[in-house]
Amino acid sequence: MCQVDEEYNGQLEHVATPSVSKKCVKCKESTAVLIIRAVDAFCRCCFKEYFIHKFRAMLGKNRIIFPGEKVLLAVSGGPASSSMLSQVKEGLSRDAPKKLRFVPGIIHIDEGGASGQSMEDRRRAVAQVESVLRSSNYPYHIVYLEQALNLPSSVLEVGSSATEKLQTGPSYKAAVDQFIQTNQNLHPDLFLENAWSHLSSLSMQEVQNGLSNPITPENTQALQRLFASVRTLTAKEDLLQTLRQHLILHTARTEGYTKVMMGDSCSRLAIKLLSNISLGRGASLAMDTGFSDSRYGDVVIVRPMRDYSSKEIAYYNRMFDVPSVFIPGLDTKAQDKASIQRLTESFVNKLQTDFPATVSTIYRTSEKLHTACPPQNTNSPTFDKCLMCACSLDTNAEEFSAFKATLISEQLSQRRGPGPGLSLGTAGAPGPPPASFTGQGQCRSSDEGQRMPATLDLKSLLCYSCRLTIKDMTAVDILPQYILAEAERKKRRITQMKIVILGSLK
Amino acid sequence: MAAPIALHLEFGGGAELLFDGVKEHHVILPDQSEPWDMKQLLVWIRANLLKERPELFVQGDTVRPGILVLINDADWELMGELRYELQDQDNVVFISTLHGG
Repeated sequence: MCQVDEEYNGQLEHVATPSVSKKCVKCKESTAVLIIRAVDAFCRCCFKEYFIHKFRAMLGKNRIIFPGEKVLLAVSGGPASSSMLSQVKEGLSRDAPKKLRFVPGIIHIDEGGASGQSMEDRRRAVAQVESVLRSSNYPYHIVYLEQALNLPSSVLEVGSSATEKLQTGPSYKAAVDQFIQTNQNLHPDLFLENAWSHLSSLSMQEVQNGLSNPITPENTQALQRLFASVRTLTAKEDLLQTLRQHLILHTARTEGYTKVMMGDSCSRLAIKLLSNISLGRGASLAMDTGFSDSRYGDVVIVRPMRDYSSKEIAYYNRMFDVPSVFIPGLDTKAQDKASIQRLTESFVNKLQTDFPATVSTIYRTSEKLHTACPPQNTNSPTFDKCLMCACSLDTNAEEFSAFKATLISEQLSQRRGPGPGLSLGTAGAPGPPPASFTGQGQCRSSDEGQRMPATLDLKSLLCYSCRLTIKDMTAVDILPQYILAEAERKKRRITQMKIVILGSLK
Repeated sequence: MAAPIALHLEFGGGAELLFDGVKEHHVILPDQSEPWDMKQLLVWIRANLLKERPELFVQGDTVRPGILVLINDADWELMGELRYELQDQDNVVFISTLHGG
């Protein structure tokens, strides 16, 4: 028993390691080849069944995908998204029992411009990914990150949900029937089997030319300038994530996809959860790591791979020959402390080796998170959504909040003294009352004065963590045109609204 | 006492970046008196094959957390991990499941 002067002389017993010829826990016949969740040993066949079943179960449990719906698969080439692609192929194949019924398309984004790869390497990587995509026989779109600089500013608008009315119906079956009926009325020739033949008749060339403008070295340089202006790797990764989302959203909207499937695995989501908290994105945790993400309204992002650990995925890909392409990214070979995301990843992985329940505990916690506020009605203005990440603004600094304290200390530590108000609704801010939005800032004559108000003005439209990302940039006007244009537009609308309100008060 | 052992090593998931991009290696471990085990193999790989950044592959005695090891297509946890004794013509695969290779 635990006594004060008892000593353990290092005679602690080792946990008994499994013997070499352990039997599968499911069929109890064949030799096990893999250990999942630290205790369950599976044989090859049982593992395959388990893996395929989990995908179907995930889609079936969260009844979000309607038959005949167009779904865009975001395939980066990495193991998780390649695995997702192979599961979709498997599920849609003719001889699968209870086969899935939706219409897939694929998008692949070439991010080599941001991570500084040479054109030669990028071409090679894209060619490899393309050969994988071609073998799936689904229409695919290869998009370059440089195109993110030329997006229209409408991509930042939150669309109204097309399926909102459907989901308030009494049951899933009724919703599906309604969906089928509306679709049949709208596009009688684009439904289910007709949709298949329509898609297969599209030549790959046509689909590609739809979006891929040839990228010029100027575009690549502009992109590199953008990323070079960001000081920390953390902010770079955050910015990359934002641009990627916008590109996928734009493709989905222009090509008519209403759902997007991302290949985030359980391990990846656990890391994302913890690093998002560190980045200040706590308010949107439920959307960032949940199964479905409906912040963009008309396009819903789903994560069907969120139940698979990265070990299971890697093993399945190896055993059943799922092709995947490794493309080095921004943080390849980076040190452990290079960015918040990297540090979190190494922390979780190290903890996982000693405590195998780490990732699943974090995952289960994330399942219990829900957004506190009721869903926005479409009438409420989009002013209270962040400009870049479209989650609700969480920067209403209340009197005694920690956020308010950081704002005050920031104002005090600025050499210039308090400038135009940092956020819209700061009640009782010290110093002069907040100037009008189009006023004080633009009257300054010095160039530096011009830049400072631009940063401050953007801040009022951003959530806390997007503000931190922008703060890490040396110059705000390097941001892509569509973001700056949309910011201008929003500010004008806010001004007009304020004028109307003030006018009606008189 | 142990004869030289021929092994087939594979690196995937980005781990090959540390080995000059070469994914497959056929190696022959030299003669030695005790049988080769995984722990010694890692030391040998670090000394002879690893081209850069050893801390991204090996951590202390074992592989870095996040690198999956398969011996003859079976999880090495079932084989005894570091204590497994290598046989001739064994196939050892190292797959990195980490984000950044």
